[in-house]
Amino acid sequence: MGAVAERPIQDQSETRPALALNSKRRDARFPLVVLALAVGLLVTLTLAVTIGPVAISPFTVWQIALSRLTGLAAGEWSAAHENIVWLIRLPRVFLAAIIGAGLAVVGVAMQAAVRNPLADPYILGISSGASLAAVLVILMGIFKFFGIYSLSVAAFLGSVMSFVIVLTLAQNRGTLSPVRLILVGVALSYVLSAATSFVIFRADDAEGIRSVLFWLMGSVAGAKWSYLTLPLIAVAIGTAYLVLQARPLNALVAGEETAISLGVDTNRFRRVLMVVAAMITGVMVALAGAVGFVGLMMPHTVRLFVGSDHRRVLPVSLLAGAIFLVWVDVLARSIVQPEEMPLGVITGFLGGPFFIWLMRHKRDALGGGRS
Amino acid sequence: MTLHVEEVTWRVEEHTILRDVAVDVSAGELVGVLGPNGSGKSSLLRCIYRALKPDAGYIALDGDNVWDLDAKEAARRTATVLQETPGEFEFVVWEMVLMGRTPHKSMFARENAEDHDLVESALAQVGMLSFADRNFATLSGGEKQRVLIARALAQQARFLILDEPTNHLDVRYQLEILDLVRGLQVTTFTALHDLNLAATYCDRLYIMAEGEIVAAGTPEDVFQPALLRKVFGVEAEVQIHPRTGKLHIVFLPAHAAPPPAPAPAEEPASVVLVGES
Repeated sequence: MGAVAERPIQDQSETRPALALNSKRRDARFPLVVLALAVGLLVTLTLAVTIGPVAISPFTVWQIALSRLTGLAAGEWSAAHENIVWLIRLPRVFLAAIIGAGLAVVGVAMQAAVRNPLADPYILGISSGASLAAVLVILMGIFKFFGIYSLSVAAFLGSVMSFVIVLTLAQNRGTLSPVRLILVGVALSYVLSAATSFVIFRADDAEGIRSVLFWLMGSVAGAKWSYLTLPLIAVAIGTAYLVLQARPLNALVAGEETAISLGVDTNRFRRVLMVVAAMITGVMVALAGAVGFVGLMMPHTVRLFVGSDHRRVLPVSLLAGAIFLVWVDVLARSIVQPEEMPLGVITGFLGGPFFIWLMRHKRDALGGGRS
Repeated sequence: MTLHVEEVTWRVEEHTILRDVAVDVSAGELVGVLGPNGSGKSSLLRCIYRALKPDAGYIALDGDNVWDLDAKEAARRTATVLQETPGEFEFVVWEMVLMGRTPHKSMFARENAEDHDLVESALAQVGMLSFADRNFATLSGGEKQRVLIARALAQQARFLILDEPTNHLDVRYQLEILDLVRGLQVTTFTALHDLNLAATYCDRLYIMAEGEIVAAGTPEDVFQPALLRKVFGVEAEVQIHPRTGKLHIVFLPAHAAPPPAPAPAEEPASVVLVGES
C-alpha cells in the first residue's frame, strides 16, 4: 500500500525506462511452449502405440505408419504387427488424443461462457441425454435400424435433444443468463439420469448392464479409422473458431458488463459458444461415451501454468488434453490385463488427486502474484 | 465527444426504473450523477454503455444513436469503468489492460507494438506500470481501480463512464482516483455516492430520485438544503470551504444543535424520510 503514495499521478511517460516485462517475455516464449507440447504429443502417440500385450518398437511403429501412408518405407515386420499397429492401436490412440483435446478445449469454452470454474462440457445435459439414449439402445434395442452405428447415432441425437431443451428453457426475455443455463442443465441432467437408472434397474441383462456402465464411464476401445474423421473435423473447426475468439473470451471472463463495454455482443456470443461446444461434445460423446473430469480439470491445470489469457489457454489445453487422455487410455488397457478399465475410472483416480496436489502447490506462485 | 440522453424510459415488468431521463454532457466536461440507492443511476449508465436497451427514448454519442452503432464501434467511443472483477479467473495487470484493445482488433489481428505501447503508457499514466506483471486479484481496491482506468485509457475512447469509482476505497484513494480522472481531461459521466466529492470534482451534476432527474446544474445550483432533505432524507448545511473554494456539505445528525440566529429552525432537525415509498 505504501508504494502508492510515492508515485505521481500525472503521466510519467517521459521518464519511463524501457521495461522488460515478464508478461511480454512470456508472450515471446509462448511459441516454444506450444512446440514443446507438440513434440510431447508426438512422443506420446508413438509410445502409446508401442505399449500393449505385444511390445512393438517405436521405429517399427513409424515404419509401418510411413509405409501405409506413403508406400515408401520398407523394413521387416510381420503382418500381425502391422495389423496391431495400423488397425488396432493407432486409431485407438488417435481417438483418445482427439477426445482428450476436444474435451479440454470445450471445457475452456464452457467455463468462459458461463463464467463459472465448475463448468465442464456436460453442463448442458449433453452427457445425460446421450447416456439415456445409449442405455435405450444397449438394453432395449431401440434405434436398431442404424445398424452398427445405432449407439453413436442415438447418443448424438440424445445430446442434441437435451442441449435444445436446456437452451430453450434457459431463455429469458431473449437473453441467456449463465446461472439459468447451469441450473436448467443440472435439473435436466437429474431427470435424464433418473430415467437412465430406471431403465437400468428394469433390465435383467447382466452383460448389457456391464456394457452400459462401460459406456457411461467412457472408452475408446474398438476405435476404427473411420471413427476419426467426424470428431477430428469437429474439434479442428471448433478450436479454430475459439482461438479466433480468444479476445472476446477474455473479455467475457473478466465480466459480463465489462465484455459489453469492450464491444462484445455477449448474448449472441454466448449462444454461438454454446452451439459450438455442444456440437463438439455431442460428436465426442457419441463415439467415446461420457469421459469425465478431463473437461473440468484440464483447463484449470493449464491456467495454473499459463494464466487465464485464452490465447494461451486454448492451444495448451488442446495439446495437454490430448497427451493426458492418451496416457489415461494406455493405463486403462494395461492395469488389469486382459480386462479394460473405463477411462472415467482412471481420469477420476489419477486426475483428482493430481489436481488437488497441483492446486495446493502452485496456487501461491500463480500469475506472478504477491511476491 | 458529447453525450445526449433524451426521454429515456426503462421498465422491468410493471416497475418503471427510469422515467423520461434527459442528460447532456458536453465535450471535456466532468459530469456526475447522484442519488440515493435504487434511484436509477446505475441503470442510466447501463443504458449508455448498452448493457440495457431502453424501452423508450434515445441516447446519442456525438449525434449517433448508440443502438445504431455496432457493438465494437460503440466500445471504441465509450470506455466504461465498472466494479466487476474476473472472479476465479486470474489475469495479470498487463492482460487486464490489454483487454482495452479488444474493440480495436479484428478477429485475425494480433496485438502489435502499438498496442503494447498504448498499454504501457496507460499504465504509466495511472502510475501502475511497475505492477504490470502482478496478479490483478492481489491488488488493493485503489490499485484495481487504477488498472481499470488504465484499461479505459488503452481503449482510446473519447468518452468515459465511471460507475461509483470511489466505492469501497479509503479517503486517500478516493481523492487520488478523482484527481486522476480530472487530470485526464476526457469527457466523463460518472455515478458518485459522496456528495462532497461530487461538489469538489464535477463541473455539473444531475440528481436522480426514483428513476427521474430531479435537479441538474452546477454543484452550487443543485446542493440546496431543501433538495438534500427531500432527495436524500438528511438535514445538511451547505458552506463554501475557505481553502478549496468549493461547496462543502455538512450533514447534521438528529441531535444537532439548532442553527444559530438569525432564524431558529422552523422544523426539528430530524431525519425526514422522503421518497422511500
